[in-house]
Amino acid sequence: MLENKEIILSAKGLTKVFGFGSTKTLAVDHVDLELYKGEVVSIVGESGSGKTTLSKMILGLISITEGELYFQGKLRDIRTNKKRQEYWKNIQAIFQDPFSSYNIFHKIDAVLLDCIRMRGGGKLPKEKKVELMEEACKFVNLKFAELTNKYPFELSGGQMQRIMIARIFLLKPKILLADEPTSMIDACSRATILDMLMQLRNDIGMTIIFITHDIGLAYFVSDKVFIMERGKFVESGSADAVILTPREPYTKRLISDVPKIYEEWDLSTV
Amino acid sequence: MNQVMLEVNDLTTKYITRYNEDIYAVDHVSLKVEEGKTLGIAGESGCGKSTLALSLMGYYFAPLYYTSGEIIIDGRNISGLDPDLVRKSILGTEISYIPQAAMNALNPTRKIINFIEDVYRAHDVYKSKKEVYDLACECLNILGLPVEVLQKYPVELSGGMKQRTVIAVSVILYPKILIADEPSSALDVTSQKMVIKMLKDLMKDGFIKSMIFITHELPLLYNVTDDIMVMYAGQIVEKASAKEAVFDPLHPYSKGLMGSIIVPESGLRDVKLVAIPGVPPNLKNPPPGCRFAPRCKYAVAECSLSVNLRNLEGGRAYRCIFSESELREYYMKEAEQNARK
Amino acid sequence: MKNTLKQVFHSGKFVVGFVIFSLIVLTVIIFPLIIKTDPLGIISQGSTQGSFLPPGIYVNVYDSIGVAPYTLMLDDAATKRIASKLSPDDRIAIKEWLVKAGIPENQIDTTDTKSLLDLWERNYDPKKQIPGMTFAKTRFYQRLNTSVQGVLSTEGVILATKNAQTGALEQTGTVKQTDYVNASEVPNVRLLLLGTDNFGRDVTAELVSATGTSLLIGIVAGLIATTIGLVLGLAAGYIGGVVDDVVMFFTNLLTVIPTIVILILISYSIGQEKRGPVVIAVVIGFTAWVWTARAVRAQVFSLRNRDHVSLSKLSGHPVWLIIFTDILPYIASYVIMALILQISTAILYEASLSILGLGPKTTVTATLGLMMNWAFFYMAPSLGKWWAYMPVIVVIALVSFSLNLMNTGLDQVYNPALRE
Repeated sequence: MLENKEIILSAKGLTKVFGFGSTKTLAVDHVDLELYKGEVVSIVGESGSGKTTLSKMILGLISITEGELYFQGKLRDIRTNKKRQEYWKNIQAIFQDPFSSYNIFHKIDAVLLDCIRMRGGGKLPKEKKVELMEEACKFVNLKFAELTNKYPFELSGGQMQRIMIARIFLLKPKILLADEPTSMIDACSRATILDMLMQLRNDIGMTIIFITHDIGLAYFVSDKVFIMERGKFVESGSADAVILTPREPYTKRLISDVPKIYEEWDLSTV
Repeated sequence: MNQVMLEVNDLTTKYITRYNEDIYAVDHVSLKVEEGKTLGIAGESGCGKSTLALSLMGYYFAPLYYTSGEIIIDGRNISGLDPDLVRKSILGTEISYIPQAAMNALNPTRKIINFIEDVYRAHDVYKSKKEVYDLACECLNILGLPVEVLQKYPVELSGGMKQRTVIAVSVILYPKILIADEPSSALDVTSQKMVIKMLKDLMKDGFIKSMIFITHELPLLYNVTDDIMVMYAGQIVEKASAKEAVFDPLHPYSKGLMGSIIVPESGLRDVKLVAIPGVPPNLKNPPPGCRFAPRCKYAVAECSLSVNLRNLEGGRAYRCIFSESELREYYMKEAEQNARK
Repeated sequence: MKNTLKQVFHSGKFVVGFVIFSLIVLTVIIFPLIIKTDPLGIISQGSTQGSFLPPGIYVNVYDSIGVAPYTLMLDDAATKRIASKLSPDDRIAIKEWLVKAGIPENQIDTTDTKSLLDLWERNYDPKKQIPGMTFAKTRFYQRLNTSVQGVLSTEGVILATKNAQTGALEQTGTVKQTDYVNASEVPNVRLLLLGTDNFGRDVTAELVSATGTSLLIGIVAGLIATTIGLVLGLAAGYIGGVVDDVVMFFTNLLTVIPTIVILILISYSIGQEKRGPVVIAVVIGFTAWVWTARAVRAQVFSLRNRDHVSLSKLSGHPVWLIIFTDILPYIASYVIMALILQISTAILYEASLSILGLGPKTTVTATLGLMMNWAFFYMAPSLGKWWAYMPVIVVIALVSFSLNLMNTGLDQVYNPALRE
């Protein structure tokens, strides 16, 4: 559901090259994209397609070799530390493996307190901070009182991923990049995670970019889908259009390779 | 066609931890697989399906120990036999097992053909190198794999090719039953399809007589298996044909599981995904009675007393204190509520 | 932290290593407090080949004479006395002479001391020419004859001092063959557990002091090497780019040239005068960091792409904070292991340098390597003076062994896959 037709992120000819000379690899090959505020999009690709590299470029964790990235209409400039910090107030990420997203030597309170500090609440009194953290945990159906002073290894995968979402709740970025957020979560808890992300989108108009290899998930959750192969976007469009009526052979193959339950899954086209 | 290939009666196996605690990962499990059929085992991580697969082979590694029950392969009881005897005469020849990410089992410093020679030698089958090579070629040809693979090292093969090679080798001695534990999870979608096709062909080409397929991916199970068994916390909670299990599940856990399936098919964008709150119980101290009761929305006080498997006609079974009609009523009411929202 | 400590001491190997190492350290610290000997003090004067006094209890003879003796009647006293004067080789020599002098062999019984000595006394003639006897052998028999005189007698010895005025000997007392003194009443008794070395120094005291110095050198060098390696490895691994290239350049340079060669060159160029134990420690430290830097860099490389580091960046953490809180704790266990290994290696390096004569100044400090150096230079092995070098070897081995045992034990803690 598009809130309004404001373009929040757009890219022209984004390219990333690794290495020199004979070991040169083209990880991302002149990618164009346009994101509207409040949209949910998915970038679908198999491993090695360059989707993780692309996501890191959008996040600003990897440098861009060629091409331009515009945030809210203006060319993104993250050359200084200060500008980078400003940018990261508006864009955040959730990663695939909940276990490795945490520093195992810190209690999980540290993660949430960090977010409060980023939002300028570093000087707030302790009670107010605790109140904020309680609110965030409530949003993800967890009780802060049960989690405080615990180390990451004492929690389950689903709980840890939900605290990552609580982190996003506290930070309220304009764009969220979710890199395979449910692939390491049990099927039963998947719905909860997706529901919470959608709730955030509805509450604060957050734009979500899903990075995934699961085309079923992409279809279920997104408005727009981009299919990525070997660094290029080979097909893009609304979820219905791309998945129910694919045009490119790669997309067709990708969809036919996924097991179906309502339609016949044709194994002969291997 | 109705000869029973594998019969498991009341199998219980346990892990003994460093602190000497007993964890019954497989708790009184019974199942039957007939010739020509494939049984699927569904469940989430920690439910005991991989442990069940290991236990079925009769070859136990510490900390896994056999406690009680029978495993009968084609009429032959293999439970409690000497491990060496099991290794030589049962593993690979009667029952074969493909573990998760089996492609990592290939020794990176030896060629595939050496691996196959080892398999024969380990079973006291002495053939000349040429004989082994010919047999291997024949096997690969039937399964549609290129013969060049034999002279290659594992590092020269792609993930999908490695997995298919390992599967081919695991059936080279024509076992009666094949147990595949997540054979395609570590692969990309296209390789996955090739592996699944190959598994289905194994039965068609006569390499194996029956198969047990274990995975947490439900659409896969639906397409590959004839019957599905759902496991939760070490116990079987439902047994049904594939179609019944996916489209008409009875046990509340199965219902939740099937309700969380996402497939890229038309009309599925607006489906409400089912979420089951909570986590599976710790098997050190499983809850008394129904192990799913703490998370079940229909649970009543009686659920914590012992709950047995209810058998219905047609081989269906489920573990719940409610009768079939009671459950269907609950589900119908729920569907109506959802439709109104 | 507490949990980690509990796990660490759970490992059997670590505990054994730790106990051995602690015992060595405790000995080094407590020994000089109890036994106040100057480790470098020369206590015996030697000939040109070194004094090398064998281990034993040294009783001052002059003082033992002055102490009131006790009478002890021991049965085997006489036999022992004779046996110490007439070794089996001596008896065979006597028999040979007698045979050559014409006594029939069956009359000679080497086990019967009395008859043997009787025969000798009656027949020995220093001027008798025996065919085929060398001059040296003749002298030998003359000396043997002298030492054998009075072996069988049971008389004691007379003590006499010179009269200061007349110059004549005046009898002051006698020493009977049954006189014994209690060693603890003798004022000057010295226990030389490991004898003396070539200079005449008490090896035991010297060994303890040397172990202390070597350990100090090892720890200082180890700390320096690990710190340099850690800092360079972190910089190269995390910052990458030009910093990485520069650090790798130096690492490769130092890898290609064997460390011992560099050590020899630097040590030699510093010159004998400036070489003290701390200087040597610093030299070793500055050349041994290479391996640590490489290993830390590799670990940091793999860590910097982890999700928690990415999240830290996204949370606006500055570079130094990320290195301190997100990288350093993850490699801490590895660095501790590296430190232990470096200490062990440094001690061995110092020993090698000292054996070559390029270690600390010899007359000011004692180190394990220096003791080895002196022992070999003064040919202790070929002289059979095992106490000058064997104990040193054992101590070096124990130190290395205990440190490596601790290292293996820690390995088990931090890599769960290795736990039994």
